[in-house]
Amino acid sequence: MSDITDTGPVIAADGTPLKRSLARALRRQKIRALMLIAPLLLFVLLTFIMPIGDMLFRSVENNIVMDTLPKTVVALQDWDPDSGEPPSEAVYAALAADLKVAVEAKRHTRLGTRLNYELTGISSLFRKSGRQIKKWDLAQDAPFKAKFIDMNDGWAKIAVWRTIKTYSPKYTNGYFLNSIDMQKGTDGAEARPENQQIYITLFKRTMFMSMVITISCIILAYPVAWILANLPARTSNMLMILVLLPFWTSLLVRTSAWKVMLQQQGVINETLVWLGLVADDARLVMINNQFGTIVAMTHILLPFMILPMYSVMQTIQPTYLRAAKSLGATNWTAFWRVYFPQSIPGIGAGSILVFILSIGYYITPELVGGTKGVFISNRIAFHISSSLNWGLAAALGAILLAVVLVLYWAYDKIVGIDNVKLG
Amino acid sequence: MKLTKLSALVASTALCAPMAMAEDMANELTIVSWGGAYSSSQKNAYHDPYTAKTGVKIINDESSAEAVAKLRAMNEAGNVTWDVVDVVAADAMRLCDEGLAMEIDPDTQLAAAPDGTSASEDFGDLLVSECFIPQIVYSTTFGYRTDLVGDTAPTSVCAIFDTEAYPGKRALEKRPINNMEWALMCDGVAKADIYDVLETEEGQEQALAKLATIKDDVIWWSAGADTPQLLADGEVVMGSTYNGRLFSVIEEQKQPVAMLWDAQVFDLDGWIIPAGLSPERQARALDYIMFATDTQRLADQAKYISYGPARASSAPLVGQHAELGIDMAPHMPTDPNNAKNTFLYNYEFWADYRDDIDAKFQAWLAK
Repeated sequence: MSDITDTGPVIAADGTPLKRSLARALRRQKIRALMLIAPLLLFVLLTFIMPIGDMLFRSVENNIVMDTLPKTVVALQDWDPDSGEPPSEAVYAALAADLKVAVEAKRHTRLGTRLNYELTGISSLFRKSGRQIKKWDLAQDAPFKAKFIDMNDGWAKIAVWRTIKTYSPKYTNGYFLNSIDMQKGTDGAEARPENQQIYITLFKRTMFMSMVITISCIILAYPVAWILANLPARTSNMLMILVLLPFWTSLLVRTSAWKVMLQQQGVINETLVWLGLVADDARLVMINNQFGTIVAMTHILLPFMILPMYSVMQTIQPTYLRAAKSLGATNWTAFWRVYFPQSIPGIGAGSILVFILSIGYYITPELVGGTKGVFISNRIAFHISSSLNWGLAAALGAILLAVVLVLYWAYDKIVGIDNVKLG
Repeated sequence: MKLTKLSALVASTALCAPMAMAEDMANELTIVSWGGAYSSSQKNAYHDPYTAKTGVKIINDESSAEAVAKLRAMNEAGNVTWDVVDVVAADAMRLCDEGLAMEIDPDTQLAAAPDGTSASEDFGDLLVSECFIPQIVYSTTFGYRTDLVGDTAPTSVCAIFDTEAYPGKRALEKRPINNMEWALMCDGVAKADIYDVLETEEGQEQALAKLATIKDDVIWWSAGADTPQLLADGEVVMGSTYNGRLFSVIEEQKQPVAMLWDAQVFDLDGWIIPAGLSPERQARALDYIMFATDTQRLADQAKYISYGPARASSAPLVGQHAELGIDMAPHMPTDPNNAKNTFLYNYEFWADYRDDIDAKFQAWLAK
């Protein structure tokens, strides 16, 4: 090796330095590889990353006030909400001009819906006013202040104007504040009234229950995976079908089956009453609470824990255990010091899968969770499909995504992501 | 927002490509409804006769539960694939507010009654939004297990708060609408004052305090099918749901369940046409609506499901159930015997207060 460095750069057959020729060949290979994955990359980028980015962007976007009431927003800049007086005539005139345009385009009710998330009553204020303003003549009907207040006394309320002013910038942190049980008050952020606080509770509960579900999955899956990995192939394949069978059954069917099992007139309670272990009027409550959610979700997510564990355990040589025992280890020591450490990558992979899946679960908690067993995802689904507060849903989703990434990072620091094996 | 538009466009073309192709075929209508017994009643009463008459093929999409969210997404992506959508009145008002549904003039775009009464008079007060053509009147009401209530069957809605006389679980919907009204009514608030009280913080607290007295005895449902199942299993002694669901438990499945019509809350379900359809598609949708909401068609639907037709002129034409052969009139929520004490869903109030009261209600539930 040493005489190569002495004779200067190595030359390839065509006379170029070997280093450059090698780099060129590698570059060509890289481009070819990139072109091979380009369709997939584009597909993921266009149908996955961009829509998610677009959705997350809604958590701060707030163009609607500026777009619908451009003149009013400018006129409102001089108004001081703490003065205790409604704004001046100029603001009302600007509002009349803006609303006239908005009503033509049918955009005023949209803005009403948006602001109603912040202050109850604005929705109908805009809807009702819209019908009247249609008939107004901008040139002749001035002054507008008295006319607005006469039409609907909501326009004299300081709170209404404060809300419009607070939410006039193009970007807002209002949704994020809302999703951590806070709100935009007169002097910056403040806590929401206690009877409206819910999201922090739900975030904590989602974390706690996902962790309980992950741990119960580990406890239940470990022995099953061990048996599967140590039986002769024919028997273990048979048993593997039993593990996979529920996997192929509809999620709704499995969840409903748990309802039949756990409800008060259900299979388990009936059996216990028949055996005399439980009095007929004191049947156990096992569903529509946290317990029901944990049981049903543990069952549903169990295969995601068994499969990675099984594939890791299959690679562990049985001879290691025998060697340990022949060197004098007890059964327990051989398992704990030799077998268990080698199976940790499987546990890690399974835990990440189960934990991340359960954090975003919502069908099962919705069906069997009652009031104490629902997750943050149930509220996200509610805001997407029912209340249409997509900004809040996006903010909640962004927080959930951040939490998952932080946990993933922590996992990498503590256990090491190279230690995860799916097979 | 070029990025937004592009990504929305790409997502929508990827997802809706098959539907977009179908749209090119001239003789098809995509109609969105609730599925189950309700959709099949519409198929029998509206779709099949319409196809027989015009040759237009009707595609059923069962997405009404998420109709508002989906229409909004389609509209943002600039590719609306639905022609006619069946929604409850509150959702129709929101779609109208958001500019996602087109306005329809009842007198020029809907059929008049056989005796010449104009459509706007025939529907009367039920035309609650400019974009909405009502189809049926349904109600949210209570059913109870006849074998679990002892000797005295409940006659008042306040029986749900009386856990001494009627021990056992109750099923209530997991949302404030209706529950808050019932709670206030049973807490002694006069029916006329309920919404004035519910507007105030104290009134909302009062309603939640009343509900708190039975909080541990309630199973909260989110799908209309839950209560009938819970009643059939004997899991609850009484529960609220839509009257048509209870009809099917009582008359079709012959379960020991009876109706408690007291303080039933009327609500409307009907059609909207999405805004921004091409002129041909809009004309086709309007033609269907004209046919499907005439007097005879609305009366026909009541042969298959126990919901009342929304036209006054349809009521006398309601006949017998198509399969069971029983008279349908006594099973209608609007029948005078059933409608002694009723509420009408307060659209205006809930449009304003839904977000606020729902936040409080859910926080209260989670406690």
